[in-house]
Amino acid sequence: MHYTVGDPIKDAKAPEGPIEDRWDKRRFSAKLVNPANKRKLTVIVVGTGLAGGSAAATLGELGYKVKSFCYQDSPRRAHSIAAQGGINAAKNYRGDGDSIYRLFYDTVKGGDFRARESNVYRLAQVSVNIIDQAVAQGVPFAREYGGLLDTRSFGGAQVSRTFYARGQTGQQLLLGAYQALERQIAAGTVEMHTRHEMLDLVISDGRARGVIVRDMVTGEIETHLADAVVLASGGYGNVFFLSTNAKGCNTTAIWRAHRRGAYFGNPCYTQIHPTCIPVSGEYQSKLTLMSESLRNDGRVWVPLRKGDERPPAEIPEDERDYYLERIYPAFGNLVPRDIASRAAKNVCDEGRGVGPGGLGVYLDFADAIRRLGQHAVEQKYGNLFEMYERITGENPYNVPMRIYPAVHYTMGGLWVDYDLQSTIPGLFVIGEANFSDHGANRLGASALMQGLADGYFVLPTTVGDYLAAGPFGEVDAEAVDEAVGQVRSKIDRLLAVNGDRTADSFHRELGKLMWDYCGMERTEESLRKALERIPELRKEFWENVKVPGDGEGLNQALERAGRVADFFDLAELMCVDALHRTESCGGHFRAESQDADGEALRDDENFAYVAAWEFQEEGGPVLHREDLNYEYVKMTQRSYK
Amino acid sequence: MKLTLEVWRQNGPADRGRMVTYQVEDVSPDMSFLEMLDVLNERLILNGEEPIAFDHDCREGICGMCGMVINGVAHGEQRATTTCQLHMRHFEDGETVTIEPWRAAPFPVVKDLVVDRSAFDRIIQAGGFISVPAGSAPDAHAVPVRKDDADAAFDAATCIGCGACVAACPNGSASLFTAAKITHLGLLPQGQPERDARAKAMVEQMDVEGFGGCTNTGECTAVCPKGIPLDTIARMNRDYLKAR
Repeated sequence: MHYTVGDPIKDAKAPEGPIEDRWDKRRFSAKLVNPANKRKLTVIVVGTGLAGGSAAATLGELGYKVKSFCYQDSPRRAHSIAAQGGINAAKNYRGDGDSIYRLFYDTVKGGDFRARESNVYRLAQVSVNIIDQAVAQGVPFAREYGGLLDTRSFGGAQVSRTFYARGQTGQQLLLGAYQALERQIAAGTVEMHTRHEMLDLVISDGRARGVIVRDMVTGEIETHLADAVVLASGGYGNVFFLSTNAKGCNTTAIWRAHRRGAYFGNPCYTQIHPTCIPVSGEYQSKLTLMSESLRNDGRVWVPLRKGDERPPAEIPEDERDYYLERIYPAFGNLVPRDIASRAAKNVCDEGRGVGPGGLGVYLDFADAIRRLGQHAVEQKYGNLFEMYERITGENPYNVPMRIYPAVHYTMGGLWVDYDLQSTIPGLFVIGEANFSDHGANRLGASALMQGLADGYFVLPTTVGDYLAAGPFGEVDAEAVDEAVGQVRSKIDRLLAVNGDRTADSFHRELGKLMWDYCGMERTEESLRKALERIPELRKEFWENVKVPGDGEGLNQALERAGRVADFFDLAELMCVDALHRTESCGGHFRAESQDADGEALRDDENFAYVAAWEFQEEGGPVLHREDLNYEYVKMTQRSYK
Repeated sequence: MKLTLEVWRQNGPADRGRMVTYQVEDVSPDMSFLEMLDVLNERLILNGEEPIAFDHDCREGICGMCGMVINGVAHGEQRATTTCQLHMRHFEDGETVTIEPWRAAPFPVVKDLVVDRSAFDRIIQAGGFISVPAGSAPDAHAVPVRKDDADAAFDAATCIGCGACVAACPNGSASLFTAAKITHLGLLPQGQPERDARAKAMVEQMDVEGFGGCTNTGECTAVCPKGIPLDTIARMNRDYLKAR
């Protein structure tokens, strides 16, 4: 697939001046909408996770007419609910030297210098308000005996700034946002549409003015019009089929918007989490994450010898390779996610992996149990050990856990400016669905922070500024008809093929291909192979997929097929992006770009930019570069040795 | 291993519904229950039959979307487990397994094993929140919370809203679900101003939705994947009586 280079993006609309004043400046310059007019303005929010749920609730509180959509049966199900570890905030309640500036610094550095400084600084600023908001809503964060909030430290930081609610922080924060949303539904400001899936975006006079959705219960195709549209539909890790995402997570909402003109930022930036439970068979439907905190006490190892099939207990110490401790003596088992993941892949590629198919490494607690006693280990990790045993049937107190990296988060997403507005006026993108604040690698406990920062605090201001410039006139009826027609014809096409392979079988094959060729390690050769194979497989999909039933009523196979079709197109763009970025950075590791020790080597001279891709029906995507300038944090090569 | 499945099939709310028998072979003990159904569904699709509709999403026991009555028990016989976390190693080769949807009047069947649980959302709408618009919150440390209260509030707050409690209750009561939220918010200082109004409104909404009353059977807490304690219901009743 070829691509062409278009004009660079000159202005991401961040205010000028000292970085600590920029958000204040923007808030003051943002035009306001008077309360009587707010009631007349409709905002659509797609997705009800931390970003979408908090945005819809807040816009409702402000008095806008909000229409909220989710594909699940309740807004409380969104996948933010599964986040375990915690949420970062620069409260400095510990007095351990934390500050807004330090959180900003850690996030820019952790993102391997591929995020926008202005955005990240704002994120660090509003992080403190998020904790206040959540506590006031009744989120039961962990507390100390004195009644104050407890915090813990997390990867990539030397201060203790992560607030948590046992291993269920995402659940508790999401329920806070969900309850705020339900309150607005009761108040009549938010109209909730559950079991509805967005299938296209309506553009009229160059502005985003509505969405086409399918009622997943009745099968009806509905048009919903608005004055602005917010996408909060999450990440696209399920392009790999196997990931830690929920089964329903998909790219359709953002991909459809991309096809309508929204640029896609850094699609190749994927985060692979090092501690997941390995695949156990062909039927595997998803992967389960084990909290990263396990690496605090567990030791990672594989047999020294290739093909050593003895049970772990029979392998003596001197025939084990504690490879993280060996290669990274300073950080040992606590190296950042991308580094730990790649190291696991390397030892498995050498044929030293353990478990079925040799795709696993040991995470061993024997030393910790000897040192701390089983009781202490149970206190710290009991629920995780239980979860592991439930899935694998093995008791990790007796046998070392087996872990393997899995796709977990996508840093890429629709390109947005400082106002979180995409290249389509009136289309805002928040949470994991946008490309914004994590650069090429997200730090632990920062996803929850960004989702809520966008939804509670940033978007409500910037959407108001946009709407104040209205009204934008009648929506072009032809544009609506065209979008509805597109949606219908795609559904009809899928139903008409009547081939002999299921959509899931294609999805599995696509996922495997992406994992092998555009996964933890990418090479020019592997990416070219993927770019050759994806169109072939897509062609076969459209000629040979079998979707049972019809478009009327609940048809889960049809829903899946529609999502897989969009994953094919996204997969191709991810590979184009990965191929063009010949440097390694954060979660994007190009084997050709590494230093003498095999570490990721950035190429700041040529790649210190955001790659924003424009869709073109013919001739391949168009690359627009947004240069990244670092005025505050000096660019350095990360080192964890 | 090989299993015989007896699965509830119902084309829509108007259909009467019936049990249909399926044979599944090559079931691996490491499969999850839902993966076993995935494999069956793939086969049904290729045979030109309608696959079995069931709700699921996170497949790690936290979103609360999945739920079926397996061999007569909501989420199956494993304690503290959602259907998606249940693995086939707990079944015997050659066993017959029955699979049905949640059965309760306020949870009408949408299709096969999928039910409509929107009544739960409406109970939350009635008062399951603390009214605090974004931006109006005081500093998080302004009000300390006793650790015991915070921990007990957390235990109640872990409810995933799956509805197993309703499915298991002989009265079809939603008391455990409602009590979990009333307990979570009522234990915290932030939840005090609305405590009476919350309890009253939520309990009344539960009745409006057509859920039954609680007779302390305790089936709800026995099947609850998060182990929400039964004494939350006593707390709800106390708060309700006081508020009324």
